[in-house]
Amino acid sequence: MWKWLHPYANPEVSYHFTGKLIPWLSALTALFLSIGITWALAFAPADYQQGDSFRIFYLHVPAASLSMGIYVGMAIAAFTSMVWQFKLADASAAAMAPVGATFTAIALITGAAWGKPMWGTWWIWDARLTSELILLFLYLGVIALHNAFEDKNLAGKAAGILTLVGVINIPIIKYSVEWWNTLHQGSTVSKLGKPSMSIDMLWPFLFCFLGFALLVATIICIRFRSEILARNSIRPWVRALVAEHLLQEKNNAV
Amino acid sequence: MPSANLSYRAVFALVLKRDLTIALRHKDDIINPLLFFVIVVTLFPLGIGPEAQTLSRIAPGIIWVAALLATLLSLDRLFKSDHNDGSLEQMLLSPQPIFILVLAKIVAHWLITGLPLILVAPLLAVLLHLNEQSYGALMLTLLLGTPILSLLGAIGVALTVGIKKGGVLLSLLVLPLYIPVLIFATSAIDTAALGLPYSGQLAIIAALFFGSLTLAPFAVGAALKVSTN
Repeated sequence: MWKWLHPYANPEVSYHFTGKLIPWLSALTALFLSIGITWALAFAPADYQQGDSFRIFYLHVPAASLSMGIYVGMAIAAFTSMVWQFKLADASAAAMAPVGATFTAIALITGAAWGKPMWGTWWIWDARLTSELILLFLYLGVIALHNAFEDKNLAGKAAGILTLVGVINIPIIKYSVEWWNTLHQGSTVSKLGKPSMSIDMLWPFLFCFLGFALLVATIICIRFRSEILARNSIRPWVRALVAEHLLQEKNNAV
Repeated sequence: MPSANLSYRAVFALVLKRDLTIALRHKDDIINPLLFFVIVVTLFPLGIGPEAQTLSRIAPGIIWVAALLATLLSLDRLFKSDHNDGSLEQMLLSPQPIFILVLAKIVAHWLITGLPLILVAPLLAVLLHLNEQSYGALMLTLLLGTPILSLLGAIGVALTVGIKKGGVLLSLLVLPLYIPVLIFATSAIDTAALGLPYSGQLAIIAALFFGSLTLAPFAVGAALKVSTN
């Protein structure tokens, strides 16, 4: 049943496969993001209470949910690598960590920018903000652990254990607005059946969300490819690639 | 060798006794974190000012943060010397389950560092004018919370024991994991100061304790295998 998956355990096959994927992903990213952002910033109706400043929502919410989504992806990769000794999974987790940290930082910064006009303060120690901050620290810890080991195999295993320990934070962030009565508002879009926001506001959000998700996928693919190259730099196929590249450059120069 | 047929309880007792003996022969290892704890706490009244009202308001936070930092400082000893002289590898190679060995080491660590902290805490609470109603809550949260600090800290130490300059990295890995304990413990003490029931926060700390007691030794075992390679 899983036989079709086996060839992708080979770094070379994965490298070429993601190479073919990237043009498609980046084209779709450009399409969805340009439509979504134009629609969201110029054409979506303003909120009856929050006015135009609610529009930061179209950046804040995708960044926040992607920051959690990337962590879950990283945890799945870490689990896969630990259980099935699947080395490429470590490379993908290493590729995801900085992207996730960046999106967590974006969520926190846009949240602060949104909080100033709405709540009258840049920061408040409420449950969701605090748990998102812990998520950022966890990401930074994973990255630091990756960098601390010389041997990338060991680094991947160690960071994987830390990732799996930190996974406990994800449900806490997700449900913090339901468990505690906090200043941060509850979810408005995840109820697919009947979202508690106007449909005119929801459509641009879906475009923005998909656009940012595709952007994340594109960046992760690019980083994943360079991780593969760095880890396999002594393999003949990587050397052949480099030789080919050098030859091309030489020809271009002539 | 008869030692291969030891019961789990005997293995646990053996490792615990060994670690306690080593600790008792290096008494400054026990006293130094404790001194650090006391000194950090005395810095706050000097820095903030001696008003009793301000101090009693922030006392729970100060005591708990100082306890976190003191535990962090003492964590290094958990596996470092055993890793350096090779006995850690011998333990991992032994036929006994790693879970038991690791748990015994963590219990020994708590007895050496956590327990003295708890014993000193009421004295420091007096210095900080802690609300009289809060003493019970302070002792209960420390009793339930400090083992969590040892358990979670062991994961961080196990991950960094093979790295040369692991000290700063260790705090980066472990402190975020300590935050939930800190939040619920200080919230329980604050609630107790108002004369309200704090069993809710205590239940959450207890849940964290049992969760980390059952799961952390597995993570520590896996991390030690990575570190000793």
